Amino acid sequence: MTVAVASGKGGTGKTTVAVNLALSLEGPVELLDCDVEEPNAHLFLQPGWTSARTVSIPVPQVDERLCTACGACGEVCRFHAIVSLRTQPLVFPELCHGCGACLLACPVGAIREVPQEVGVVECGLRGEIRFVHGRLKVGTAMSGPLIRAVRREAGQGQITLIDAPPGTSCPVVAAVRGSDFVILVTEPTPFGLNDLKLAVEMCRILSLPCGVVINRSDIGDDAVRRYCASEAVPLLAEIPEDRRVAEAYSRGQAAVTVLPEFRALFRELYDRLHAAAAQRPVPAGRS
Amino acid sequence: MKIIVSADGQGLEAQVDPRFGRAAGFVLFDTQTREARNIDNRQSLNAAQGAGIQAAEAVSRLGAECLITGHCGPKAYRTLRAAGIKVYTGAAGTVGEAIAALEQGRLALAEAADVEGHW
Repeated sequence: MTVAVASGKGGTGKTTVAVNLALSLEGPVELLDCDVEEPNAHLFLQPGWTSARTVSIPVPQVDERLCTACGACGEVCRFHAIVSLRTQPLVFPELCHGCGACLLACPVGAIREVPQEVGVVECGLRGEIRFVHGRLKVGTAMSGPLIRAVRREAGQGQITLIDAPPGTSCPVVAAVRGSDFVILVTEPTPFGLNDLKLAVEMCRILSLPCGVVINRSDIGDDAVRRYCASEAVPLLAEIPEDRRVAEAYSRGQAAVTVLPEFRALFRELYDRLHAAAAQRPVPAGRS
Repeated sequence: MKIIVSADGQGLEAQVDPRFGRAAGFVLFDTQTREARNIDNRQSLNAAQGAGIQAAEAVSRLGAECLITGHCGPKAYRTLRAAGIKVYTGAAGTVGEAIAALEQGRLALAEAADVEGHW
């Protein structure tokens, strides 16, 4: 079972939910931190590192002796990473998604692929929890290929938790696509609700069942609860505002290691999402 | 000679749009016929990435030899130069005023991009 933890709004508590869920479940669990631009789950889990490898994507290199400046490579590149104005092509590796279309389009075989490093994937262990995260190379603007590399590390036969980046754009889609369930963490504020709606919409487009966790549930207003009820999105858990959680967080400690009574809340959260995932309702409003 | 100017409206009375890649549109001016033509830039304006490169490609296909705009980033500049287009940045006022300034030799040729790349 693969469960992604996402949110529209940043800073709602994705990592808090993902880490505490991992620490509360029994049996083999793995946590993949796919927020490769700012990975932080390791700060709370403190795994012992076991391996690290660099991840590269293939980017085009043009052999100018063979190139006829026909422009076919630039015409197929939807990312404008290779451009030919009836001249020798210009390559912008920082825009390249490594899809290889230019290589296929070139009629004279003037393009070959060379690896460009985009980041590292590191694996570790904390007790029974297997941990994997990606660190995007500074200056790299595109995180999708590294997120997919982190996800390829997922094993089988255990619970896989994915800590997704915030938002609803390409990196989030790369992190949540193909999961069995998406936990959407929000806060009960107008801002939280606005971005939650976007995140629910994203899950529906991707045909992924989702449920909501309201963090700091005793602040703000009731609009998130009303929204969940009206849209038939299951409310999985409410985590109350608690200064002790914030204090633990500021010391890099997970809430359940300081407040063991929170384990029950996270186990119940998992039971509820497991039941909701088993139902797997046909997503409404698919566009 | 054909001059292309980034513009936030139509015709010579429009203001110069300080953005190049994500300009609202362009005005293409032919110095021989003195005719101005409005060029749509919605495709680049809405591009997820590479707006400057895409706009530079479009400008090149229109046969422009000079570009007048406010600012030009590194990827757009590199593409424009590869296409042999002269780039003039720092323009302001109306499109007509900018073209007059160029024709009177009052605009300085940009030797490099004048802003950082942006995503």
